[in-house]
Amino acid sequence: MQTPGQVRSHFLIRVWTVFVIAAVYLPIVCGALAGLSRGRYFAFPVREFSTEWWSKTWDSFEIHALVQNSVVIALLVTLLSVLFAFFGALAFARYSWKGRRAFQRLLLLPIFFPQPVLGLALLLWFNALGLNPTWKTAIVAHLVWIVPVVTLVIAIQVFSFDPVLEEAAADLGASRLFTLRTVTLPILWPGIWSGALFAFLLSWGNFPLSLYTAGADSTIPKWLYSKMVAGYTPMVPALGTMSTLTAASLLLAGGLIRIYVRRRNAARASEE
Amino acid sequence: MSQTPNYGPTLSAGARSSLPVLLLLALGFLAPLVTVAAYAFATPKSFEVFSSFTLDNFAAIFDPQNTVWTSFVWALTLAFCCVLILLAVCYPIAYGLNKVFGKWSGLVSVLFVFPLFVSENVRLYGWVLFFIKNGVLDGALKWLGLGGGPEVLYTPGITLFGMTYVYLPFMLFPMTLGIAMIPRDLVDAARDLGAGRLLIWRAIELPLAMPGILIGALLTFVLAAGAVAEAKILGGQSVITITQDIEVAFTYAQNWPLGSALALILVVIVSGLALTAMSRIDLDRILGKR
Repeated sequence: MQTPGQVRSHFLIRVWTVFVIAAVYLPIVCGALAGLSRGRYFAFPVREFSTEWWSKTWDSFEIHALVQNSVVIALLVTLLSVLFAFFGALAFARYSWKGRRAFQRLLLLPIFFPQPVLGLALLLWFNALGLNPTWKTAIVAHLVWIVPVVTLVIAIQVFSFDPVLEEAAADLGASRLFTLRTVTLPILWPGIWSGALFAFLLSWGNFPLSLYTAGADSTIPKWLYSKMVAGYTPMVPALGTMSTLTAASLLLAGGLIRIYVRRRNAARASEE
Repeated sequence: MSQTPNYGPTLSAGARSSLPVLLLLALGFLAPLVTVAAYAFATPKSFEVFSSFTLDNFAAIFDPQNTVWTSFVWALTLAFCCVLILLAVCYPIAYGLNKVFGKWSGLVSVLFVFPLFVSENVRLYGWVLFFIKNGVLDGALKWLGLGGGPEVLYTPGITLFGMTYVYLPFMLFPMTLGIAMIPRDLVDAARDLGAGRLLIWRAIELPLAMPGILIGALLTFVLAAGAVAEAKILGGQSVITITQDIEVAFTYAQNWPLGSALALILVVIVSGLALTAMSRIDLDRILGKR
């Protein structure tokens, strides 16, 4: 039963949430409009729409190189961070061991750290090691921040995992690798999947770490920033919108695959 | 059976699983911080790290002639205001995600997560296009015959707005996890016993949700204190934040020791806060939901 007061406050909460979501997406829409209007300088209301900046961006070899850098970095970061985070999440949530609480806190520190400062600190460190910053050092920088995030995402799944299942498999004579493949991984799969998606998208959109640690190599966010500061062209909002749409489609595809797998597993379970 | 025989002292399974992440954090997080600390005590404008020890950089920063302290004041003030605004903005939404939206809360969460995957400079630049002369706001108001839009770009206020915008998810999600820790039965019981809504909120909901709210406040404060893109893109450098001073020292000025000393002071402030708050929080309870 809801009192009239609750009905009113729930209504206000809904209105407020819709308003904030609209504000969150407003600048993204503004960027899309600017990328799709004709002419070099943006003016609203848009007088004439055109795809000229989209096709210019699409055809530019400079942009192709950026996209390639961003994709390669994001893919490697995804692969490596899931590997690190899978074991990290087990240590975080599955086992009770002596250093666990300290480990949990240490893991959070890179998240609780301003990224531009982390990027600059890494730049100093790479220099002290005699490493020239390139896209490879950018991968390391991304990992320092993304592995803890992915570990948390997988750890949430691990918390809901009953270790008795693993022990039962071991008691029935399953080897450790077999248990991992047939018991642990299928249960943790949704968390790993979300973690991988997070890793790719966070790396794809990362700006502060790439800015300081990629050296002469550029990524999409880094290039956009350099053009925002000096030398604006409508290719900036056009590429920004393309990059946003890429992230949105990946998120959507990832969500759909997850729903599909869940339905298929449910159907299989009801057949048995 | 599948157990390997135990030769001498070995690590527990948990410790072994933690090794890859520990190694990464040691080499990618702690080592850079040690390097920064070492540079902070090196001869100014030199690259003689680990070979000289001097307090000159700190003396230069604390010299009353030096105005770098204004950057610290700006960064910390903006971060503090950002946290206060976000507490008010996010609380109703976090409450709604737990108790009001029902089956819609998944979608609402995704809508708030998604902007994290769009780099902040793209989103901030969208606001520039919104607020700029002949931009979306100004153009729409003129079109409606209402004169032009207000000139808000390149002010400290818009910098704060940009920070609030960028760090919103970092407040919202910890807060949502915190509010999820309030057991419904407890609230119902209090209501049955005749407690008013304000009393329930103050005596039950707020204290139980506090760990999550605290994490959110801390996270946004720390991130906002180190923010730089908002002040550059929206603020047009009307405000110089401390991270920008650090960046300038590292790049144009080529004074790494001075930049490191500034960074070290910021890190000490930030990590001091982070560690005190974190020592009071039980992560198992917040994330585990058991």
